[in-house]
Amino acid sequence: MLHMTIRRALCALLLLSAPLVAQDTTRGVRIGLTYDPGSKPGLVVLPGRGVGADSIRAIIQRDLDFGDRVAAIALDAGALGEASRASSPNWAVLARLGAAAAVQVTPTATGLHLAVYDVAKQTTALVRDYVAPPMSDLRTWRAALHGLSDELEESLTGTRGIARTRVMFERANRLWVVDSDGEQPMPVTEVGSLQSSAWNPSGTMITYNSFMPPAKIMVQELATGKSRTIVTGGGVFISPVFSPDGASIVYSHGIEDGTDLYIADLSGGGGRRLSVGRGSDNLSPSFSPDGRRIAFMSARSGHPEIYTMDADGTNVELLTPLEFGEKAFRASPDWSPDGRSVAFHSSIAGTYQLMTITLRDRGLKQLTSDGRNEDPSWAPDGRHLVFVSNRSGAKALWVLDVETGRTRQLTRSMNARNPAWSPRLSSN
Amino acid sequence: MTRNTIILTFAIVVGSSGVQACRKKPQAAPEPSAVPVGDAGAAQRRADSLATAQRRADSLAAARASANDDGTQAALRRILTTVVYFDYDKDQLRDDARALLDAKASVLSANGAVTVVITGHTDEQGTSEYNLALGQRRAAQVKRYLETKGVAENRMTTQSLGDSQPAVQGNDEAAYQRNRRAEFDVKNASGALARPRP
Repeated sequence: MLHMTIRRALCALLLLSAPLVAQDTTRGVRIGLTYDPGSKPGLVVLPGRGVGADSIRAIIQRDLDFGDRVAAIALDAGALGEASRASSPNWAVLARLGAAAAVQVTPTATGLHLAVYDVAKQTTALVRDYVAPPMSDLRTWRAALHGLSDELEESLTGTRGIARTRVMFERANRLWVVDSDGEQPMPVTEVGSLQSSAWNPSGTMITYNSFMPPAKIMVQELATGKSRTIVTGGGVFISPVFSPDGASIVYSHGIEDGTDLYIADLSGGGGRRLSVGRGSDNLSPSFSPDGRRIAFMSARSGHPEIYTMDADGTNVELLTPLEFGEKAFRASPDWSPDGRSVAFHSSIAGTYQLMTITLRDRGLKQLTSDGRNEDPSWAPDGRHLVFVSNRSGAKALWVLDVETGRTRQLTRSMNARNPAWSPRLSSN
Repeated sequence: MTRNTIILTFAIVVGSSGVQACRKKPQAAPEPSAVPVGDAGAAQRRADSLATAQRRADSLAAARASANDDGTQAALRRILTTVVYFDYDKDQLRDDARALLDAKASVLSANGAVTVVITGHTDEQGTSEYNLALGQRRAAQVKRYLETKGVAENRMTTQSLGDSQPAVQGNDEAAYQRNRRAEFDVKNASGALARPRP
């Protein structure tokens, strides 16, 4: 079922090595495994040689595992030795293990050397050198390695991985980011009554609300840590997000007549009201990927449901089914990166569970049932969600693969809230 | 009907019930108007809610008696700063809250320089974003009520801290009830407070 088209890989390599070919949109190398979404290609990560090779192998193996598109085949020490005993891979052993491909990453003086082997054809499918910072610069080094994992996943499956992404969240009145594999948690703001946050489309800036009066909406450059106030005043300022063009912020604001959604340009000029809530609460906006519509929570019917509207506030529609007489609590909408569905959480049997609803036919799907699960945020692959769950006791961040239902715990620290998954990152 | 007539009507209706409340020893507040549907702890919540209401009513009666008897400054200040409580996911004022606010309005009316910052709080149920909005609605509701009782709009400021500063820790209804509240920070009250006219 799985086979490799080495010719395509060679074409891609030729393209890469030909500087005259400008603006190659294939982005990286596709070695052309025909990918069947129902099954995962098996992959063996061969041990490399040199300082840090074991860590490199472990990180890549975990990245591919967390990506849920490639089955990283675990080997015991004996099988490992057998698979890589010679200078070239042991094809017979790899085939017996069910591997469609094998990869080997070796540290070099300037970075990393990647080799990908096609087990069926018994050939080397791809060789590539990456420039990477020294291992001592751990955060950046890991980011480079995650980037390699993502390219590897793209070459095997056609879809770029999400290893080189981060999740931002609030804990103890402060914003933090953590790598997609749960490593390198780092505060990005001082302590200061901060609540929810969002990334800009390029992953270089964040926006958040500070609720200690006077409440305000802030933006901050991640590289420099420099922040500034976008809007402030009396009342509350809640749930800011960037528009998909990165030029404005949509947020919720209210003083004495409920809360409504507003839009403010980053360049200044204050906020303009978008929603007409007539005293109800309207908050937690999330843009459709094309920037034309906004999903948001509104309590205009008497209790929180998910609505959509045009980006200018017109054409409001109820998205979630309003069950008459039932006081549902549906909140925290997040529009999927493919534009087809909205994730949110809904009150079910006295607690909260994650759900998705499709835009086309309003098909509802319940995604969780273990503990209280809330505040979903999509990964850029449109397949994974990060969310808050108390299933292990204290509230922590978890990641769910919506296709397989597989979950993993992302953070161990207590009381993490309001997670926001970054776009794919290219710097640091 | 004009806005003024509405407010006037409202003031009369509420005012007359306020007079009754002054004559009689405050009774236990009626049961909370909304008990979450399908909740196994509903009876317990109701009982807790009633008990809380009773405690508030008792403390209010005590504060009133004390202020009337000797007009102590401490009692007047206590009336101004006494916390008012709310039902689950509600910004509507309960009867026990109205009684407390009536007493506050009397003291504020007798002390025209005093200003108040009203801060709305919530329990941890719901999202933190929703709770920030809910806390603001609670503060706004309190302010509107005090306005109908004659306290000038510009003497009151509203704000919300959502679920960020619980009065008590815990994730049971007893804790939640004590966290669903509006708090009062009194300014320009360093001098002696005048007693409300009887």
